[in-house]
Amino acid sequence: MTLETRYGVPTVAVHTDKFDRVVRSVAEVNGMPGLRQVFVPQPIMGRTPGELRAYVDGRDPVTGRPVMQEVVEGLTRPLEGDDGVALERATPRLVGPDTEDGLHRLFLENRWTDFLPIVLPTEERVAAMLAGTRRKPDEVVGRMRSTHFREPWSYTVEKVAANAVMAGARPEYFPVILALAATGVTARSSSSGAMAAMAVVNGPVRREIGMNAGTGAMGPYSHANATIGRAYSLLSQNGQGGSVPGLSYMGNQGNAYAYAGVTFAENEERSPWEPFHVSRGFRPDESAVSVFTGCQSTAFSLGLRERHWREHVGNLLRGMDPNTPPTLLLDPIAARQFVERGGFAAKDALLDWIHDAARMPAGEYWDYQLVQNYIYPRATFGEEPWASRLQAAPDAPIPMFRRQDIHVVVVGGETNGYWRIMGCNYQKTMPVDEWR
Amino acid sequence: MPSRILALNPVGFPPGVRGKRLAPRLGTLEGKTVYLVDCRFDDSDIFLGQMQAWLAERMPGVRTVVKRIASVYLQDDPATWEEIQARGQAAILGVGH
Repeated sequence: MTLETRYGVPTVAVHTDKFDRVVRSVAEVNGMPGLRQVFVPQPIMGRTPGELRAYVDGRDPVTGRPVMQEVVEGLTRPLEGDDGVALERATPRLVGPDTEDGLHRLFLENRWTDFLPIVLPTEERVAAMLAGTRRKPDEVVGRMRSTHFREPWSYTVEKVAANAVMAGARPEYFPVILALAATGVTARSSSSGAMAAMAVVNGPVRREIGMNAGTGAMGPYSHANATIGRAYSLLSQNGQGGSVPGLSYMGNQGNAYAYAGVTFAENEERSPWEPFHVSRGFRPDESAVSVFTGCQSTAFSLGLRERHWREHVGNLLRGMDPNTPPTLLLDPIAARQFVERGGFAAKDALLDWIHDAARMPAGEYWDYQLVQNYIYPRATFGEEPWASRLQAAPDAPIPMFRRQDIHVVVVGGETNGYWRIMGCNYQKTMPVDEWR
Repeated sequence: MPSRILALNPVGFPPGVRGKRLAPRLGTLEGKTVYLVDCRFDDSDIFLGQMQAWLAERMPGVRTVVKRIASVYLQDDPATWEEIQARGQAAILGVGH
């Protein structure tokens, strides 16, 4: 699109057929519905040159026409009705009037829910939710989009409240939900990687609203944890204008974490280290919520054995995909064992050690598909530390992750020393108190 | 008869979208330079190599240049776009997903 509009170069974009609807939609919302696009079968990845030549020689699976004929015509066929088309859209404030059953049906048909039962956001219920903040209902909280290429949609305090009501949240949770909305980070990425989001709450608000940081904190065992995460998830899909498979959601397998995100409070009281939000520059007496994205991979273990704990942790880290850095989610028992076994009295010392322990031979590292897709190009562009790591011999062990991308959060009720590594990308930490 | 009620629409507000014109098309590719732009995703380089071979066999009057974008597809690459504008007449981008 940039080449066409900014540089005046006629262009054809080739995509795989699974992305037919999504790329046409992206062209439309960028004001270029006539963008010349050609489709080949999915997948490209892992096919031999001969198989890919067959794609070139074959037909576009969407139109049934020869691929190369479409490519050549896309560059040479004169423009006829291909001028840009402006889109004027609006979102009405209210839906209905209808019966309660009719409205539930409408919300389902419009894909405004996660297909679990919702609370209908009536004006009365939304007004009650709005009492949880001093902010005005028409104040714009933020903007979201499901992918880099789509247009960002905006949402107001009232829109966030409507989604919070749908999720079953209580007004006292609303400042945390608004802070999550204010991140502008979607919990409904359209990535084919089927990612989910994780939200970690710190500070006094955890206790004030009854969030769970102990036993079962990451599961369905807290009204606040469950509904705050669900509200953030629903707000993401609705605030950004949708999350529809094949159109604005392409996660190939989906992700059960995405129902309510992975939403919990840090167990600050039982942690041997400073709280996560303090690591990000907040005071302990401030409340904040931190958002991580890309949650797919999880590894776990029980405790740290005296003899081989270093090797065991290294094995877990090498089981993660190197494109998605690790955040350690440690039960307090496991956190204390890291202090006892490794002498990591300071959190940074543990993170330094994890960075050093997570290594693999350079040849293996660079051959990962996601490393090829997302890190290798940046390395060749000269971006450090990857550019230097690209110089390593194939059998030389190189770090799998950047130090600044590795994090640790303490959560759990000490019923045992199980701990996990969540592969995810830290995005940002937002203050909660200013949304009260 | 069940009562009828109103509910808040939970959907955000879309931005206005301005229509954008496509670049003028070429009458023919004969004698022209076409850039095949590798977006560096999922073996797209191998695919574009096959497309380049097809053009060399079937349309030998078309000059082709395979050009990899400088970094990941999520980042803009003005240096590459300027090169294509200066030295080429058309572009094929692939492979999107």
